[in-house]
Amino acid sequence: MKHLAEYRDADTARRLAAEIGRIVTRPWAIMEVCGGQTHSIIRNGIDQLLPPEVEMIHGPGCPVCVTPLETIDRALAIARRPETILCSFGDMLRVPGSREDLFAVKAAGGDIRVVYSPLDAVKLARATPNREVVFLAIGFETTAPANAMAVKLAAREGLKNFSLLVSHVLVPPAIRAIMLSPGNRVAAFLAAGHVCSVMGTWQYPPLAREFRVPIVVTGFEPLDLLEGIRRTVVQLEAGRHELENAYPRVVNERGNEAAQQVIAEVFAPVDRAWRGIGVIPESGWRLAEAYADFDAEQRFDLAGITAVESPLCKSGEVLKGGLKPNQCPAFGKECTPRTPLGATMVSSEGACAAYYNAGRM
Amino acid sequence: MCLAVPGQVESIRDDNGTRMGRVSFGGVVKDVCLAYLPEIAVGDYTIVHVGFAISKIDEASAQETLRTFAELGLLEESLAELRESDGAAEPPR
Repeated sequence: MKHLAEYRDADTARRLAAEIGRIVTRPWAIMEVCGGQTHSIIRNGIDQLLPPEVEMIHGPGCPVCVTPLETIDRALAIARRPETILCSFGDMLRVPGSREDLFAVKAAGGDIRVVYSPLDAVKLARATPNREVVFLAIGFETTAPANAMAVKLAAREGLKNFSLLVSHVLVPPAIRAIMLSPGNRVAAFLAAGHVCSVMGTWQYPPLAREFRVPIVVTGFEPLDLLEGIRRTVVQLEAGRHELENAYPRVVNERGNEAAQQVIAEVFAPVDRAWRGIGVIPESGWRLAEAYADFDAEQRFDLAGITAVESPLCKSGEVLKGGLKPNQCPAFGKECTPRTPLGATMVSSEGACAAYYNAGRM
Repeated sequence: MCLAVPGQVESIRDDNGTRMGRVSFGGVVKDVCLAYLPEIAVGDYTIVHVGFAISKIDEASAQETLRTFAELGLLEESLAELRESDGAAEPPR
C-alpha cells in the first residue's frame, strides 16, 4: 500500500539504527508519548535494534489506560440502566472497573454497542428516539474532532436522547507533568504524529525551551520512528533542544484549523485525573457550557460511586515510565490480557499488552 | 485509537449538509466524514481517525522524507568506503 510499505523497509531500518549507533556517545532516555508508537516499537523490535545507549521509555499516551476508574464506573452505572444504550470504542469493554467491566454488564443484559465512529452513535440515537444513547467519549486530541462533530450534529438535529460521557486528555500538559515529576529520567520526547496532525506543532516549542528538552514529531511506521529517534539523538548529542517535525507528510505547524475551531466551540479545558498518575492541571477537555445539555454526567444521577483500584496493579508507574511492564510483579501472573488488573494490559495501545503480546516476559 | 493507516479518497458526496466520502484502505472501503478537509479531492491520500479524515498526505513532503532515508544509506556506505580506502579513522583537525 502506498504511503505505508515504503516506511517498513528492513534494510533502511538497519541503516538508520546503525547511523544512530555511529552518532551516540552516551546514554539517553527517550520517551515516546503515544501508545500507538509504543506498540509499533515493541512489535517491530525497534528498541532491540537500537544501540544500548538509547533507552526507549513508554509514555502515558494510551487513552484507554489513563481514563480514570471513576469514569469507567460511571459508564458501568449508565450501562446498567434499562433505558440506555451505551456506545463505546471496542477497547473500553474489557477495562476493569472497581468491581466489573462493560462486558460483564453486557452479559447481564445491559445494552452496550461497540462503534467505530461517534457518528454511529448519533445515527443510533436518531433511529431509537425512545432510548437514551450515551457515547463514552474518551481519547486524546486525535479523537476530539470526531467527538466534537458528533455533538454539533446532534445539536443541529435537535436530538434530545443523545449525550456524551467525556474524558478527553491532552498531550502537552502530560509532557509538562512528566518533566516536573521527581526522579524524571526523560531527556527527549517523540511527539505523537496524529495528535499533531490535528493540533499542529505550535504548542511544543515553548515546552522544548522551558524544559531544555528536544521534541521530535514522528509517525508510526518503523522508519518514521527510527528517523525520529535519530533526529532526537542528533539534538541531544549537540546540546540542542528544539521542536522538529520528522513527519511532514502528515503534520504541519498549524494543524487542522477547521478541527481546532470546532473543538474550541464544543469543548473547554478542565483539570483531569489520569488513571494511575493523578490530577494534571488543564490536561483535558469537558463539554463547553453551550453544550451542557449533552453531558451524560448532568443527565444521569451518578452520585455515590466510589472507585476501588486493584492494589496489585502498578500501571501508574508504567505510564510514567518508572517501570517497564515486565518489571511489575503481577505481569503475566495475576495480570494477563485475559484477566487484566489494569487498563494497560487491555488496550491495543497499552504498554503491558504490547510486552505480553510480543512475548517480552 | 490514534493508530491510523493512510487511505485514498474514492468519492465525495454531500450528506444532509455534511461532507462525506468513500475512502479505500488497501481495498477495504469505509464511509468517512470529510468535513475537516474542505480541500481534499478524489485520488488524494488521507489519515483517518474514528471515521474522520484529519490530514491530507502531502506528496512532496513524503518524497523528501524518502529521499532523506536514501541519502542516509548512501552517506553511510560512502563514509565506510572512505574509511576503508585511506585507513585514516581520525577526522582532520
